[in-house]
Amino acid sequence: MSNKYIMQVEKLNIHHGDLQAIHDVSMNFERGAVISIIGANGAGKSTLLNALVGLHKPTSGKITFCDENITGMLTSKITSKGLSMTPEGSGIFEDMTIMENLLLGSYLPEAKKVRNEQLKLVFELFPVLKEKEKQLATFLSGGQRQMLAIARAIMAKPKMIICDEISLGLAPVIIKDIYRILKMINETGVTLVIVEQEVKRSLKYSDYAYVLVKGRVVMEGPSQELPETEVSNAYFGIDKYN
Amino acid sequence: MNVIIQAIVTGLLLGGLYALVGVGMSMIFGVMKLTNLAHGDFMILSSFIIVVFLQHVTNNMFVALILTIIVMLFFGTIVQKFLINRVIDKGADSPLLVMFGLSVIIQNALFLIFGPNAQIINTELMRTNIVSTQMLSVSALHLVNFLVAVAIIVALTVIMNKSSLGRAIRASSSNIKAAELMGINTKRMYIYAMGLTIIVTCVAGLLVGSTFMYFNFTGTQYLIIAFGVVVIGGMGSLMGTLIGGMILGLSQLLGATFFGTPYQTLSGFLVLLIILSIRPQGLFSKAIRK
Ligand SMILES: Nc1ncnc2c1ncn2[C@@H]1O[C@H](COP(=O)(O)OP(=O)(O)OP(=O)(O)O)[C@@H](O)[C@H]1O
Ligand SMILES: [Mg+2]
Repeated sequence: MSNKYIMQVEKLNIHHGDLQAIHDVSMNFERGAVISIIGANGAGKSTLLNALVGLHKPTSGKITFCDENITGMLTSKITSKGLSMTPEGSGIFEDMTIMENLLLGSYLPEAKKVRNEQLKLVFELFPVLKEKEKQLATFLSGGQRQMLAIARAIMAKPKMIICDEISLGLAPVIIKDIYRILKMINETGVTLVIVEQEVKRSLKYSDYAYVLVKGRVVMEGPSQELPETEVSNAYFGIDKYN
Repeated sequence: MNVIIQAIVTGLLLGGLYALVGVGMSMIFGVMKLTNLAHGDFMILSSFIIVVFLQHVTNNMFVALILTIIVMLFFGTIVQKFLINRVIDKGADSPLLVMFGLSVIIQNALFLIFGPNAQIINTELMRTNIVSTQMLSVSALHLVNFLVAVAIIVALTVIMNKSSLGRAIRASSSNIKAAELMGINTKRMYIYAMGLTIIVTCVAGLLVGSTFMYFNFTGTQYLIIAFGVVVIGGMGSLMGTLIGGMILGLSQLLGATFFGTPYQTLSGFLVLLIILSIRPQGLFSKAIRK
């Protein structure tokens, strides 16, 4: 526990075929913090996050999680180290029931041990999932899908959760609800990395933020200290960042 | 009238066996969206291996089956790990070609080793009739085939729907990325799915091999039957294959009764065509996805 950073990313470069989506990105995620990654469509946010969990192989660079080099490791292996992710578009198992989705969240032996305890927690946080536990996930609404994705991610009692565009297309009240629950999860000591397109919300709910433009980090700092207008300018590609 | 009752009973019993032939193919398709063109050859290969064990190692049918399953599991793991898993994420064509190649290899290897002669697995059951009246005669073998087939398909369905392993296998077929994020090694799940399929296929190989004569190339014939069963029942639906098999068996036997034995196979596939034109996704498939 000597290292105050739970995850460190060093000089990461990622390609999609010939197209370079991420350029020399370095990041340090502090243990227990909420980290926000802000960027417009196509900035490379999902590419970066997918690389962090091993779904996409980086061309070069190094990713360390809990003092262990996880670069190039299989996703299923990385998950077993205590890193969960809610993928873009929730990535729930559509043709399986809510309960089956949750049980899959605690598939690994370590997670199975805490299954009952986590299931109880999940149903406290999301009572709606309890009501619908026997239904197929495909019948859930957009907000409920994101809730299921978060619930499934915490079933394994992870050290860190990465959420890719958790609020996309949701009504403001639902977004507020989801962020309230994310905060509760964070308060239990789980590090959160959230991806957002809305600058104001990102800064409000996070401790530290990175702004990503065309695959490069153009701005970073404690969220309270980052001026919203400058972040917005960077985000929209105004002036010096283009 | 008697002939019709006889045809219905025999057809349904035969259908159970057909279902067992098809269920492995349905499983592989359901899990990895792969049409296993060597499925029939896997089955006939196990029929050949059972005979080898019976001739050289043991007189006990059950022991021979277990030994065959062990050999075939070894074979299936190698095929899955070093052939299918290498090409499964490279589009639809390569895995298909690999399985076709494997089919050719198995048929020719069987020819080289065992020659062109007809084979059959000898069992006492073959000569026993359970019901034998003027109205109806039911051979013990057909009844055993049916009961074993139903039991195996039910067991497979329970494993897939209720166990942690089954859930993980289904998750791997539902959404690979999400499954990996749950800590599931999806390629390993494919190996397990192949393993389950192999076990079922070996049992099918024993039953088919003791019921009908077979040759090195007979696998193709059962591939077509498996296709029929799976297409009628709906790709990937295990319980559907049971109904699919019975419909195919029934239509074959009724066709043979009304139009003569040469029309047995044809009438089976005629019914298949009719069902397909009404319900292209098969009877029990959960609608068409994507
Ligand atoms: N599978 C792929 N193949 C080729 N190019 C890709 C692929 N995925 C993403 N890209 C490209 O990489 C760049 C970054 O995409 P990415 O999905 O990471 O952006 P994003 O920040 O997550 O965007 P959004 O907010 O729309 O989700 C884009 O230019 C995109 O076109
Ligand atoms: Mg994205």
